[in-house]
Amino acid sequence: MDLSEAAQIVLIGGGQAAAQAVQSLRMGGYAGRLILVGDEPVLPYQRPPLSKAYMKGEFAEERLFFKPGAWYEDNGVELILSTRAVKIDRAAQVVELEHGGTLNYDALILCTGSRPRALPVKGADLENVFDLRGLADVERIQPNMVTGRKLVIVGAGYIGLEAAAVARQMGLEVTVLEMADRVLARVTSPTMSAFYEKEHRAQGVTILTGAQLDHLEGKDGKVSAAVLADGTSIPADIVLAGIGILPNIELAKDAGLTIDNGIATDRDAHTSDPRIFAAGDCASRPLVHFGRTGRLESVHNALEQGKLAAAAILGKPRPPEDCPWFWSDQYDLKLQIAGLNQGHDEIVVRGNPDERKFAVFYLRNGTLIAVDAVNSPPEFLASKKLIMTGAKIAPDMLKDTSINMKDIAAAAATA
Amino acid sequence: MPKITYIDHEGNERTVEAKSGESVMEAAIKNSIPGIDADCGGACACATCHVYVDKAFMDKVGEQQEMEKSMLDFAENVQDNSRLSCQITVSDALDGLRVTTPESQH
Repeated sequence: MDLSEAAQIVLIGGGQAAAQAVQSLRMGGYAGRLILVGDEPVLPYQRPPLSKAYMKGEFAEERLFFKPGAWYEDNGVELILSTRAVKIDRAAQVVELEHGGTLNYDALILCTGSRPRALPVKGADLENVFDLRGLADVERIQPNMVTGRKLVIVGAGYIGLEAAAVARQMGLEVTVLEMADRVLARVTSPTMSAFYEKEHRAQGVTILTGAQLDHLEGKDGKVSAAVLADGTSIPADIVLAGIGILPNIELAKDAGLTIDNGIATDRDAHTSDPRIFAAGDCASRPLVHFGRTGRLESVHNALEQGKLAAAAILGKPRPPEDCPWFWSDQYDLKLQIAGLNQGHDEIVVRGNPDERKFAVFYLRNGTLIAVDAVNSPPEFLASKKLIMTGAKIAPDMLKDTSINMKDIAAAAATA
Repeated sequence: MPKITYIDHEGNERTVEAKSGESVMEAAIKNSIPGIDADCGGACACATCHVYVDKAFMDKVGEQQEMEKSMLDFAENVQDNSRLSCQITVSDALDGLRVTTPESQH
């Protein structure tokens, strides 16, 4: 469908994908009305620092915002904040808002994001039990980040471990509970899990794997302990849940759009309705370098789909679809991840984890599909390109730290 | 407020007023300067905020850390005056700074 004559574009959601789409539409020459509806009370902001430097108080709030308020005025972007969209009427091309009021659209971009999975246990509604997703969450958590307080983190994913690192650095006593038999079990290899467990333990974090949370206990309405299925009781002043996120797909689903784990899109971020696009955590998209579809929870994905949606609306050439990538900061460790490791049949470790500078490569049929690089930008950056070319790489070469990554990349390219 | 001039690869100049304490990358993003992507938002994780620093300012923009050095090593068209703009903090000493953006960040 040719939408290049669109006169009114509405975005639902105010996160990274929406901010990018708005910027790409205006920079791409879109001159019509542009309206962003967000349920948070603040300007669009970056989330990654929330579990890192911002939580620690080392990053001023105004630096979180992608653009100052004046930018939206100067660029004719209408912001409707603190407001949820409750219904999409596709036949009428209308979005209904929660406080009443409707918005017509020629094109609609759903950037509804995701929400933390709620702790499915008794006591989850006690005071001082928190999620970590938005600025408001950090505002609630921060006054409790006091030296000596006892923090129990449920879930050893990236959010949980980043928060654990920050809390330890702020002097809290930290216990991390993980149901699986290792940390980061859902996202990485046993080698990486063992490395991060060791690092956190060396920093004084108590990590309990194979730990099933049974319920939370309270005193005067405030959480006081986390009790495991085996009866172990862990005293807690604060509990932080980091057990994954759920895509916000309800609006799309109710409107009859195709859902496939997330809101199903094609390569150009179109949903099953040619006037409606989806971008970011909420969308399930073709992963062109991996021959399948999937939902990615990352900055890279939000930026890229924001750009893809804007280009499709403006009738511009499709922007590049880059290798998926991600990062995590814990203590002085920078983890950079490129590619998707699902389906690997071989793992190659380059460097020595004890030196806190190493990379784990994931291959399938001799082709590099992903890397986890700790304090190793060359391994990350070289892999990001190699993964997209699908070149075969000899594991012996990858292992050999006397050959630098540029030479490995060059050899792979000509093989 | 320190003024920073961004010059794109075609020679077009844009001057903005930056705030002390923010990075040269942030000043660019907040003012919609083209040619700087800064996908990671300043975490030194993506190498998409590469700039060439005017030689006159090279001794004022601070030292490169190891992480930045090894990130830049894989950027395209790296020169002696290449820096990641997220790693340069704006201060009064940088008033008048001129940086040039590369043709592509990828």
